Amino acid sequence: MPQPLTQAPVGDRTNDFVVKFANVNGSGSASANLLFARSIIRMGVPVVARNIFPSNIQGLPTWYEVRVTERGWRAARGGVDLMVAMNPQTWDKDVQGIDPGGYLFYDSTKPIPPSKFRPDITVLGVPLTAMCNRAYTDSRQRQLFKNIIYVGALSALLDIDPAVIEALIAEQFKGKDKLIRPNIAALHMGRDYALQEFPCPLPLTVRKADAVGDRIFVDGNAAAALGAVYGGATVCAWYPITPSSSLAEAFQRHCRRFRGEGEQNKYAIVQAEDELASIGMVIGAGWNGARAFTSTSGPGISLMQEFLGLAYFAEIPAVVFDVQRGGPSTGMPTRTQQSDILACAYASHGDTKHVLLLPEDPHEAFEMGSTAFDLADRLQTPVFVMLDLDVGMNEWLCRPFAWDDARRLDRGKVMTREMLDAGRDFGRYLDVDGDGIPYRTYPGTHPTRGSYFTRGTTRDRYARYSEEGPVYLDNMERLLAKFETAKTLVPAPVERRAAEPTRVGVIHYGSTNAAMEEALDGLAGRGIHLDTLRLRAFPFPDAVADFIHRHEVVFVVEQNRDGQMRTLIVAECGVDPAKLVGLRHYDGTPITARFIVEAVLAALPDFNVVPLRKAVP
Amino acid sequence: MTYLAKPRFHHPKLPTNALGYTRRDYEGAVSTLCAGCGHDSISAAIIQACFELDLPPHRIAKLSGIGCSSKTPTYFLGASHGFNSVHGRMPSVLTGANLANRDLVYLGVSGDGDSASIGLGQFAHSIRRAVNMLYIVENNGVYGLTKGQFSATADKGSLSKRGVANHDEPIDLASMALLLGASFVARSFSGDKEQLVPLIKAALRHKGAAFIDCISPCVAFNNHPGSTKSFDFVREHNDAVNRLDVMVERAPIETEYAPGELVEVTQHDGTVLRLRKLDATYDPRDRGAAMAYLQQQSAKGEVVTGLLFVDPEAADLHDALSTVATPLNALDDAALVPGAKALDKLNASLR
Ligand SMILES: Cc1ncc(C[n+]2csc(CCOP(=O)(O)OP(=O)(O)O)c2C)c(N)n1
Ligand code: SF4
Ligand SMILES: [Mg+2]
Repeated sequence: MPQPLTQAPVGDRTNDFVVKFANVNGSGSASANLLFARSIIRMGVPVVARNIFPSNIQGLPTWYEVRVTERGWRAARGGVDLMVAMNPQTWDKDVQGIDPGGYLFYDSTKPIPPSKFRPDITVLGVPLTAMCNRAYTDSRQRQLFKNIIYVGALSALLDIDPAVIEALIAEQFKGKDKLIRPNIAALHMGRDYALQEFPCPLPLTVRKADAVGDRIFVDGNAAAALGAVYGGATVCAWYPITPSSSLAEAFQRHCRRFRGEGEQNKYAIVQAEDELASIGMVIGAGWNGARAFTSTSGPGISLMQEFLGLAYFAEIPAVVFDVQRGGPSTGMPTRTQQSDILACAYASHGDTKHVLLLPEDPHEAFEMGSTAFDLADRLQTPVFVMLDLDVGMNEWLCRPFAWDDARRLDRGKVMTREMLDAGRDFGRYLDVDGDGIPYRTYPGTHPTRGSYFTRGTTRDRYARYSEEGPVYLDNMERLLAKFETAKTLVPAPVERRAAEPTRVGVIHYGSTNAAMEEALDGLAGRGIHLDTLRLRAFPFPDAVADFIHRHEVVFVVEQNRDGQMRTLIVAECGVDPAKLVGLRHYDGTPITARFIVEAVLAALPDFNVVPLRKAVP
Repeated sequence: MTYLAKPRFHHPKLPTNALGYTRRDYEGAVSTLCAGCGHDSISAAIIQACFELDLPPHRIAKLSGIGCSSKTPTYFLGASHGFNSVHGRMPSVLTGANLANRDLVYLGVSGDGDSASIGLGQFAHSIRRAVNMLYIVENNGVYGLTKGQFSATADKGSLSKRGVANHDEPIDLASMALLLGASFVARSFSGDKEQLVPLIKAALRHKGAAFIDCISPCVAFNNHPGSTKSFDFVREHNDAVNRLDVMVERAPIETEYAPGELVEVTQHDGTVLRLRKLDATYDPRDRGAAMAYLQQQSAKGEVVTGLLFVDPEAADLHDALSTVATPLNALDDAALVPGAKALDKLNASLR
C-alpha cells in the first residue's frame, strides 16, 4: 500500500488549513471542538470535521480534526497545520504529526523541556490550567471552561469572529440561559490572552466567505434515522453496537419530535436481547405489514445470517442499516471501513443475494434511508443501507435534506380485501406481472381468502409445502428474475466523464467519493484524466458493466483489504477480472485524496498511461 | 412428504358457533406427524378452544419455530396466516408481528428443543417483555424431528430409547416463565383434553404473556419405560392443582361447592376464569407460592398441572411503549411522514 504524501500545500493559507485537537476522552472537549467547527461554517467557510476516537468511555486519547477548506473539499486532507495538544499522553506523536512550518498550541502551565518541541514549528503556549485554577473553584468547571478558553484563544489566532461564536453559545444554551454568560466570559478570557501575547492573527486565517450556501452540518446516522421516519418506518428493533447505536437513538429522538401524540406513539422501538432477536422482530413486523428496520454493524450482520436467508426466501421486507467498522470480530470498533460488502450482498447460507444501497454522505443517507423502505416493500426482500463509521458518526457539511410532499410511500404489491372479494386469484408466490414479484396479503385481511403459510421450506406458487425439485427450481429462478427487476429500481450509478477522453476509469462508492472528487482534481492538474463511476446500489444496473467495457483499465477504489466490491463486480458483471485493478485503503482512517493520487500514480505506469501534456485547469 | 388438502365438505348438521363457523372451519391440513403423537392432540385442543371462543380464524396469527411441534400450525386454523420461522426464534418474530398489528390474536407454538435449548434466550425475553400472546411449548423432552436426542427439558436420569440416562439438569419452562414475570402460566398434558382446552381458551383471552407448558409425549422416541415424558409416567404423576371453566360472560354458579373450593378470576377483557380447587391450599394468584410449589413437587417427581398463576390486571408491551390504538401497519402517509415544511425547519437548525 503506498504511503500518503505528507507535505502541506504551499501558498496562501487563508481558509485552507488543518487544525487537529488532541484530547482526553471524557474531558468534555467534544462540544467545544464542535463549537469551533460550527463557528467557521457560520463564517461561510466549509469545513471537514472528523472524530478519531478509541473504544473507551474515559481516559484514552481522542482527536478531532477540522479541515478548513473554502474550496469545499469534503474529505480529510492528511497532515496538520495547527495542533492543539491537550493530551500529555500523546504529546510526542502529536508534535511529530505537525507539518513543517506548522504551529503547536499547548497548555504551558507546567514547563516542558525544550527537547520536547521541534525547531521547525512555531510554539504557542497558553497557561490554560493556571487560568482556570485562578478563575474557577469547581473541578468540573475548571475542566469544561478550559475547553472554551482554548476556543477563545484560537479565535484570536485564526481571526474567527467572536460574535459568531457568542451567537452559537447562546443557541446551544437556549433554555439554560444561566450558562451563556460564563461561557462567553471564558471565551474572552482565552481570546484576550492570545491577543496580548501573540501576533494575531497567524498566517492561518479564517476569512468570511460565501462558500457554504444552504448546506447543513449533520452526521449520517441521524440523517439515516430521519430517512427512516420519512420512509414510514414504525418498528425499530436494535442491539447496541458502535458505530450504529446513534442511528437507533436518533430514530427515537426524531420519533419523539414527529410521531408522538401524547401517550399515543406512532412507532415502537425495542432494544432487543441480541441481533438475532432484532432481525427476527423486524422480519415479524415486515411480514405483518409494518415498515421495520434494525441498525447494526459487522458483528451483528454475522449473527443475523440465518434469518436473512429466511427473509430472502420467504420474501419478507426488511431494512438493515449496517454502519461498517473495521473487522473482523471486534477488529477496530471505532475505525471506519467498507468491509461488509460481501457479507451483506450474499448474507446467509444457500443461494441468496441482497439489495445494497451505498450512500456517499448524510444527505444520501437520508435519501436512501427513506427509499430503502419503498424498495423493501416493492421487492419484498431485505434491503441493506451500507453506511460506514466515517459517514455515520461524523458531522458532514452536505446538501440539505429535501422532501417532495407529492411523494407517496410505495407499499408494493399488497392484495387487499377488496381485490380478494373481486375474485382475484391469489398465489403468494405467483408471478402474475412477469417481474418476478408476487402479491402478498397482510395477516387478518379476509375471513376466507388470502391466508397462506410462510415458511423457509420449499413451497409452490400457492405457498403449499413441497420438496419437489421442479417446484424448488421454479421458485429459485423467479427469485433471480426478481433480482433482475431490482436492477431497474435501485438508485443508478453516477458517471462523471473526465475533461479529456481517457481509456482509464475508476469505480468507487460510499464515503470514498469525498476523497475521490479531490483526487480527480489533483490528478487532472498533473494531466491524468479518469472517468469515474460511483456505485449507488447492488444489484448493479447494466451501466456498470457498460462502463467497464468502455475502458481498458478500471481502478476499483475501496476501503477494505480484499477488494470486496471488485470481487462482487467480477462475480456479477461477467467482465474480465484483469481489467479491474483494486486500490485499497483499510487502516481504519478515512481514505484521503492524497492516498488516491499516490496509489493511481504508482499503478499507472503498469498500464502504459502517460499524462497528457496539457493539464486542464 | 406431500401436501394433503382436506376435502372441504361440510356436514349440514355440524354445530356452529356464534360466528356461524363449524369446527371444521378451524381445522388445517391433514397432519403428517406420527400416529399417536401428542402434538396432534394439542392441535385438536387449539381447534376446539378457538371454535368455542368464537374467534374469527383469520384474526389469529400462528407462529412457530422448527421441529415436529413447530410444524403443527399447518394442521390447524387453515384460514389464519401462519409463519414457520427459524429454529428457536419464533418469539422474536411473534414480537415483531405483534408490534405491527396489536389487533390480531397471537399464538406461538414451539417445542422443548426450540424453546428450552436453542431458543431459551428468546423464550425468556419475549416473556419478560410481556408480549400479548399465547406461547405453547409442546414438551416431549426430546428433539422429535431430528430423531430423539435429549432436549433441555429432559429430566436428569430419564432414559433415552436406547437406555442411556440423561446427565444434565432439566430446565423447567413453567418455573422460568413465573420467574420472568409471565402473567399467565399453566401446565397441562396433551392426553388431558378436559384440562387443556379451557387453559388454552383462558390464555387466548388473557392480556399479556400467557405461557402453557404442555407435556406431549413423542411416541416415536420418548414413550418408553424409564422416560419421564411418556404417557404412562405423566398419567401416574399428574398432580393437577385445579380445574378450570372459562366463561366469556359470567354465568350463574349451578353446582354447590365447599367454602374456598371455588375461585373466580375476571380477566382484562371480562372473561371469567372459574377455578375449582383440587388442592385446597393452592392459590393461583400468588406467584411466589406457585414457584415454591413447583419446586417442591418436582423434587418428589410429581408433574404439577393446571392454571399455576394468573395476574388478570397485567399490562403488555404496547402499554409499555405507549403505542397508538391504530395498528402500526394501518397508519397512512399523513400519520407517518412529517413532510417538507418540517424538514426545512430541521435543516435550518443544522446550519
Ligand atoms: C439452526 C438449526 N439447527 C438445527 C436444526 C435441526 N433441528 C430441526 S428440529 C430440531 C429439534 C426440534 O426439537 P423440538 O423443538 O423439541 O421439537 P419436536 O420435534 O420435539 O416437537 C433440530 C435440532 C435446525 N432446523 N436449525
Ligand atoms: S417424531 Fe415424535 S414428536 Fe415427531 S411426530 Fe413423531 S411422535 Fe411426534
Ligand atoms: Mg421436543
